[in-house]
Amino acid sequence: MNDVLDVALRLAVVFAVFLVVPLVVGQTEHKVMAHMQGRLGPMHAGGFHGWAQLVADGVKFAQKEDVVPANADRRIFQLAPAVALLPYLLVLVAIPIGPSEGAVGQVVDAGIFFVLAVMGIGVLGSLMAGWASANKFSLLGGLRTAAQLLAYELPMLLAAASVAMAAGTVSLPGILNAFEWWWLPWQIVGALVFFVAGLAELQRPPFDMPVADSEIIFGAYTEYTGLRFALFLLAEYAGIVVLCGLTTVLFLGGWHGPLGDDGLGWVWTLLKTAVLAFVIIWLRVSYPRLREDQLQKLAWTVLIPLALAQIALTGIVKVAIN
Amino acid sequence: MSLAAHGFLSPSGVEIAFLLVGLVTFGAALVTVTTKQLVHAALWLVVTLGGLAVEYLLLTAEFIAWVQVLIYLGSVVVLLLFGLMLTKAPVGRSPDADSGNRPVALAVAVAAAVSLVWVVVDAFRTTWIDLDGPAQGSTEVTGHFLFRNWVLPFEALSVLLLAALVGAIVLSRKRATATRNSRSGKEQR
Repeated sequence: MNDVLDVALRLAVVFAVFLVVPLVVGQTEHKVMAHMQGRLGPMHAGGFHGWAQLVADGVKFAQKEDVVPANADRRIFQLAPAVALLPYLLVLVAIPIGPSEGAVGQVVDAGIFFVLAVMGIGVLGSLMAGWASANKFSLLGGLRTAAQLLAYELPMLLAAASVAMAAGTVSLPGILNAFEWWWLPWQIVGALVFFVAGLAELQRPPFDMPVADSEIIFGAYTEYTGLRFALFLLAEYAGIVVLCGLTTVLFLGGWHGPLGDDGLGWVWTLLKTAVLAFVIIWLRVSYPRLREDQLQKLAWTVLIPLALAQIALTGIVKVAIN
Repeated sequence: MSLAAHGFLSPSGVEIAFLLVGLVTFGAALVTVTTKQLVHAALWLVVTLGGLAVEYLLLTAEFIAWVQVLIYLGSVVVLLLFGLMLTKAPVGRSPDADSGNRPVALAVAVAAAVSLVWVVVDAFRTTWIDLDGPAQGSTEVTGHFLFRNWVLPFEALSVLLLAALVGAIVLSRKRATATRNSRSGKEQR
């Protein structure tokens, strides 16, 4: 009975994190973007600096009518937001935030493969939405999403494989246990490739060609309203949390820090994740959108060679150490 | 794996789950090839391939299961959907989705299934996987097997894939130069 309770408690905690942290990132985005652009951002909801704005947004979304276009493929149209959102919840289960046994939802033996595989499924949601909407803008968005995923999945995998080689394991806690501080300069190229490819997979600016509002309205999500639209937005923020958490765990040493590894390791994880999330927001404000051909070119001619070079470097250093 | 005798009459929970997931997978596979809506076929293929991944998981082959999800659900199906979006596949039914090759396709499928089932049954007979012991399909075990006992087939396969890759590039290039030649030919005229 104790085991069941333990599992239930872990899942409840992961679920709570899944519901709260993406909203925190969203609110941070409101504020950070506002300050970088020299304006205030939402200031009224909730009193102190508009902290309740996202809650108010949520209520607004929930009140809106849930419209399904007449020509749409009903069931797939309605299913798509769930397919886009749930994979990130599953990934969150496997990310360790501290050194102890209790600091991870569930230890997965082939952790890297699990997280990358499940993250890839989330894109199916966008494709389903893009096709089922029976709208040419949505279809174009879906096409761009698919092309982008195909291009950026490979460098992401290669960069992750480099860390797995360095650690000699594919389990996420195992990688953290093997981490040394000098991995940071050793794997820095892989880290950059992984982060950039992850950004592209999330379709965040500057890689937001699939939802480019000035060209194709909102890509695959054009026809969505109300709660289902909110779920797609939530998936984007959950994706940011997952990507930052993964980059932290794989490349930045997760709970390792200059001091207080044992008791306060989780603070380091959260801190690094938060800094990375800030960088993602920062990039959104500072870079223009890449054109479709520039997107593909960046993936195939820059990121993949860099990732392969990183793997070669990892192999050479690994052999030299042994 | 153990050779101890096993009865079929008192299945364990895992065996029942394995059977049920197998039935779902089989059903999804049938719908994939019979549905008249092209994109639905691709999405049922997702269910089929996902069901297979669950079967691997139930057999403790965790590594294979996640690779299956990563490669087939994450890449192959996305490629399929990408291709379908480029066609004129309508949202509703495609009236001309059936070709006249149906009986031939059925015969080929049945023949392939019979030969595969026969090979597997003949190879393993009454061998049972001990599901309660240490995981036999973990990444470590799979890696040891692959790179101790099966290195040569592994390398041969990678050469085969490389050949396919190079072949694809050659094929796509040939067409480009051919069109350029025909275009320049027209200009000369």
